[in-house]
Amino acid sequence: MLETPSTPAITRTIDARGSFCPGPLMELIRAIRESQVGDVIAVWSSDRGSKIDIPRWIEKAGHRLVALETRDGYDEIVVEKLR
Amino acid sequence: MEEPLNLVLFSGTDDKLNAAAVLTAGAAALGRPVNVFLQYWALEAFRADRIEADHGLAPEAGVAGREAVDALRAAGQASWAETLRQAKELGGVDIEACSLSMDLLHLEPGDLDPLVDGVEGVTAFYLAAGGGPVVFI
Repeated sequence: MLETPSTPAITRTIDARGSFCPGPLMELIRAIRESQVGDVIAVWSSDRGSKIDIPRWIEKAGHRLVALETRDGYDEIVVEKLR
Repeated sequence: MEEPLNLVLFSGTDDKLNAAAVLTAGAAALGRPVNVFLQYWALEAFRADRIEADHGLAPEAGVAGREAVDALRAAGQASWAETLRQAKELGGVDIEACSLSMDLLHLEPGDLDPLVDGVEGVTAFYLAAGGGPVVFI
């Protein structure tokens, strides 16, 4: 698979579909704490607030939003741990 | 250091406690300290032997509100106690029981769920609150 720095491979995927606000963010924060700098974590959320809240949390927490994609009934938000 | 968010929980119904738990978790996610002060019926809901029980809803919920809350719970919504546990795992969340309410309800510290960090008076609460907002729920 061809990889570039702007589209790093996903290290871990968290399936938080069916979890309600603020559950997906809580699960993401836990995963980020368990991860190494440079890891890329994808979170799947069916909570409608996540696609607004999680990117803002990522910015505030000093990480990098890699991708935000709406799929069938859920959003995939991909974050790179920077610190 | 960011000013803390300070929540005074008075009501002991599940809807208000859930709203408070979500506010607490959101602030904790942003690294903002949260002080929770439990009074009256909210403190009653934190009794170790009752925390997972049904605490009812605020009167304005009505029948339709009860059904909506039950449907969300059946779909897998975390309880307010579980949301508070997750918030405390993030750090910076301190939950204290009001000493006057402890006397009112004839409670001892050992009667409370481990979510509760301690018992304090209102002066200690205000000192911890600093210049941050105080929200009464």
